[in-house]
Amino acid sequence: MPNPAPETSQFSITPVSLWRRATNNLVTAAAVGAVILVLTPLAAIFAYLVYKGIGSINWAFLTQTPKPVGEAGGGMANAIAGSAYILAIASCVGVPIGIGAGIYLAEYGRNRLGDLIRFTADVLNGVPSIVVGIVAYGIVVLSQGHFSALAGGVALAIMMIPTITRTTEEMLLLVPNAIREAAYGLGVTRWRTTLSITLRTATSGVITGVMLAFARVAGETAPLLFTAFGNQYWNWKVNQPTAALSLQIFSYAISPFDEWHRQAWAGALILIVLIVGAVSAVRIAAGRGMLKGA
Amino acid sequence: MGVGIKVEHLNAWFGNTQALHDISMDVPANHATAVIGPSGCGKSTYVRCLNRMHETIPEARATGKVRMGEVDVYNGTPAVQIRRRIGMVFQKPNPFPTMSIYDNVAAGLKLNGYRDRRRLDETVERSLKLSALWEEVKDTLRKKSGASLSGGQQQRLCIARALAVEPEVLLMDEPCSALDPISTGKIEELIFQLKEKFTIVIVTHNMQQASRVAEFTGFFLLGKLIEFDKTEKIFTTPSDKRTEDYITGRFG
Repeated sequence: MPNPAPETSQFSITPVSLWRRATNNLVTAAAVGAVILVLTPLAAIFAYLVYKGIGSINWAFLTQTPKPVGEAGGGMANAIAGSAYILAIASCVGVPIGIGAGIYLAEYGRNRLGDLIRFTADVLNGVPSIVVGIVAYGIVVLSQGHFSALAGGVALAIMMIPTITRTTEEMLLLVPNAIREAAYGLGVTRWRTTLSITLRTATSGVITGVMLAFARVAGETAPLLFTAFGNQYWNWKVNQPTAALSLQIFSYAISPFDEWHRQAWAGALILIVLIVGAVSAVRIAAGRGMLKGA
Repeated sequence: MGVGIKVEHLNAWFGNTQALHDISMDVPANHATAVIGPSGCGKSTYVRCLNRMHETIPEARATGKVRMGEVDVYNGTPAVQIRRRIGMVFQKPNPFPTMSIYDNVAAGLKLNGYRDRRRLDETVERSLKLSALWEEVKDTLRKKSGASLSGGQQQRLCIARALAVEPEVLLMDEPCSALDPISTGKIEELIFQLKEKFTIVIVTHNMQQASRVAEFTGFFLLGKLIEFDKTEKIFTTPSDKRTEDYITGRFG
């Protein structure tokens, strides 16, 4: 029986069927819809904050300390500075410990101790922030005898550490082993390889983890309630009660005064802008050091 | 100048699996020595034992005697010093992705504490010229990342990086297996020039390559050294039946 000649060559391009095109469009539309769903709350929060808060932001708000009840005006300058101060302390304590622990887990932690640290970090991540505040109160405030910026910084640092540790570990594990071998092959010691090659290769991921942790704790109120405590005046002493934006927003928001409510909205807007600003600044600064094609 | 390596009764393990059985195979100075054999025969493990890269793998260990010139590789000298004198080029090009071309080549020196800018500049230029990459990258040394080069260029960059620390021996673990024929040709040419200054050990799957570049060839099978002789002898009149079977393509 003769072989029938194929009617079309198997290499010809058949047009994509209507069904497949429809499916393609449908799935694309679903994905776009999901993106819109994610972005809407963010945009809505920001728009509402601007709407409620922008009217109360003026030069006095940014440069003055709060006025006593009944007096108009005043601002949150000390709270803005206090937040920055406490976050700086938290970062100085939390970032080195978090990155250090992440390095241990990724490079040396394939043992029982490593598993224990991983488990601890994951549990710590789930501990309610108010509990972290109590712990910092017990460790720092009670031993010092008074509320302080340091206690607030320690509380926030404890909250930053698990996020930084786990993201650092993940990012270091993404660095191919061939890169480490290249360094060992040049006679570079193991610790030098870890710091100068592996960590450097993973820098942008590690920075993302640090910024994630930073942004998460920047707006925390509960851990500061009985650590930093808040302050109506300027304070730069590390062992004295210190104002923070989140605390100021909290106490103003639950007050019975309309003027304070308006200032709380303004404070919230400033807080968001500062967090976004800080994260963007670090990203841009880190991106500047990158090379073409890296 | 290159130095020779003497290897006596070398055994290597991964955990409980023995990968090398009683290997005694010397590498003569200032020549290229090829190591051939089917996949999993222990060629890579053999060269990685020469500069103690084998022990960087968890649960891997080795016993036996390896001497480089007057130095006992496994006794009394820290592994990092051995690796500075016995450089290595890997199968897949592995430049440091966040470093510029210049920093890639200078990495071995910089990370070992050299800071003299002029000496670094000279070393980078000399190493890139040796690896025949200088003309292609000299204008973008500091601007472009090592990872932005093509595969063949990356491998020559890795060779330059290994040469920059001025080793006496260069181990090449299938350096051309990820490269096209033109890049392979360039690297083979390079091996010809390099063996005037260095001792070279090259692991290869490509028997033509072994016969082109190496004066001596060792044939490995199942973790054992079957035959080691002049390359010409191995490829024309091998004394072992298994070597003959392998090079004539009857297995492997």
